[in-house]
Amino acid sequence: MTKKVIIIGGGPAGMQTAASLLDLGIKPVIIEKSDRIGGKLNDWHQLFPTFTPAHEVLAKLKGSMKDARVITGTAVESIGKDGVSLSDGSTMEADAVVVASGFNLFRAELKEELGYTIYDNVYTTVDIEHMLNDGKVAMKDGRTPQRIAFLHCVGSRDEKVNQRHCSKVCCVTGVKQAMELKAMFPQSEVYNFYMDIRMFGPGYEEMYRRAQEEFNIHFVRGRISEASETIDRRVQIKAEDTLIGRPLKMTVDMLILIVGMTAGESNRRFAETKGVELQPSGFVAPADSFTLNTCSGVPNIFYAGTVTAPKNLGESINEGVAAAQQVARYLNRR
Amino acid sequence: MKRNSWQEYQKEIADDDYYYVRSCIRQNFFPGSEKAFLDILRNDVGKNIIEEPMHTSCTGIGYHSDIVPMETIMTVVARQFALMTEAGFENFTSSCITSFGIYTEMLETWHEFPETEERTREYLYKATGREFNKPKNLAHTSDVMFKHRGAIAAKMKHPLVNVFTGRPLRVVEHIGCHYAKIFPKKGVGGSEFPYVLAGMIESWGGEVVDYPERRHCCGFGFRNYLVQANRGFSVANSHKKLESMKPYKPDFIVTNCPGCSMFLDKWQYTIAEMEGDTYGQDGRGIPVLTYEEMAGLVLGYDPWALGMQMHQVDVEPLLDKMGIAYDPAAKYLGPNGKFIGQPDPAAVNMNCTPTPILRTL
Repeated sequence: MTKKVIIIGGGPAGMQTAASLLDLGIKPVIIEKSDRIGGKLNDWHQLFPTFTPAHEVLAKLKGSMKDARVITGTAVESIGKDGVSLSDGSTMEADAVVVASGFNLFRAELKEELGYTIYDNVYTTVDIEHMLNDGKVAMKDGRTPQRIAFLHCVGSRDEKVNQRHCSKVCCVTGVKQAMELKAMFPQSEVYNFYMDIRMFGPGYEEMYRRAQEEFNIHFVRGRISEASETIDRRVQIKAEDTLIGRPLKMTVDMLILIVGMTAGESNRRFAETKGVELQPSGFVAPADSFTLNTCSGVPNIFYAGTVTAPKNLGESINEGVAAAQQVARYLNRR
Repeated sequence: MKRNSWQEYQKEIADDDYYYVRSCIRQNFFPGSEKAFLDILRNDVGKNIIEEPMHTSCTGIGYHSDIVPMETIMTVVARQFALMTEAGFENFTSSCITSFGIYTEMLETWHEFPETEERTREYLYKATGREFNKPKNLAHTSDVMFKHRGAIAAKMKHPLVNVFTGRPLRVVEHIGCHYAKIFPKKGVGGSEFPYVLAGMIESWGGEVVDYPERRHCCGFGFRNYLVQANRGFSVANSHKKLESMKPYKPDFIVTNCPGCSMFLDKWQYTIAEMEGDTYGQDGRGIPVLTYEEMAGLVLGYDPWALGMQMHQVDVEPLLDKMGIAYDPAAKYLGPNGKFIGQPDPAAVNMNCTPTPILRTL
């Protein structure tokens, strides 16, 4: 009898789970709430630390799971004992479910003091990826920026917005974008305001060093406390340079907020209905954080990707492989 | 001004029956404002508000200057609440944002550390024999005026519009540090883009000016001013704000706090004398109004009855823009018609030419 596996979410982790299940002879169904698969990778321009175009990775993932059935524009409302209920009112049976529902981006407008959606030239890293994809990075009125500031940890490690966790990949994203903008505007000054630079992945630290030595990007250890708009629609920022112990005020053409990863909005409902644990950050807790990272504790429910924690792309894809293995093992034992 | 997530946030503000406590310094600096508030609430808005002579300073200035201990100020606050309770009121409104911050802080402290409330009740009872209920609703007086801004707009005689151009007056609003920076949820609109003064300005026809140093302290800062050696910091902060708002050409500044009103007004004279820097139309300064004065002008109160002759920066250019008739000869006459004295001409009031009659008085 053919085993039925539903993958919730068609981002990189879900796509890789599908690809790996296909390799194992299992034909899964991906249910994706948006109108296309690829998740947030669709929005990305180039990937750190290699500056590989995101669409190349996306194409590989799509190619490897092309035999999987994909249902887009449909959300999973709840997970039952033997299947899922969908937003169109139908139900779908499943022997196993892989939750790969991903993460949300922190809503930068909640840090109101930074002026996102209030001031013209305050952007997020996502906006910059869109601009890079469109081939034009510019101020709101089309001017070329001469001075650009990035602010790290917006919505990460911040108790005031109830986001105590580190989003892990924002540091390297900020450094990557700083290098991209400096390459695009060699005459510009680029500043990165940080509290820590956490370069955890292979090649990240080397990239950070290149940013300083070859790209002359200025790294200032200090948080930006507030942003205001000047009369010519530039952005005045205030910070403290904690290495020299002095307050700092400067005016920049663009302020770019490096937004963090927050737990997916469906996590809480999922946890309440299925009795699985949530971490304090709102990400779901795996059955064991060392040996069972892709298991939920409920025998037929598995996890892949950032539903459990912020991860980079490589880690999310690896979890797709691991989740598929766990699913296959579970199905074989039944 | 574009705002965002907090725009719709409005705290709960009682609709009627207020127990009113004064600021300890406003009556010196802007002596007509508190009376205007009571008059507007009672006569124009038709609300019940009581003021009793038994209430005292909240001792906030001493508290923030480290000379009044926490236990003392808690007991003083408790006594104010006891007076409210004895008067049969539940809604407490304070005319000073430092007091408002103090009352809020004490209520929050009692909430978080109930043993401090018990101790305070004991101290108060031992010292005065009084007991108290905590207010059902605590609001700053600007909150109350914000609440009734629609009723005031309905009786508006002079909207915040330049009668010569027909355009809205450009208004800088300054809410003061103790209104919402300590407890953002206790201020209308939060602390970053507060709406308490902005809401009044917009309701009465004006346009709010955002400028880079909008959130910066006015310069009072307690120790900045109270310790004489630090006073340069105070002037420097006001200077920074005035320089920042200058390119936007505001018609006037409206403030929420007794200290802010005073420093943004009076330091304009000091800065003119020290640095030669002047602001506003023809370098005659930017008038600084309290929200009660702003409401009073909108409602057609006489500017001299509102006490606006006590301002360092002359308000006549603003009165002219609003189309408000006033008697220049009556400016320095007190309520009993007696000459109250007149400042010497200075950069910020050089056109206040005294009348020959007044000179002889």
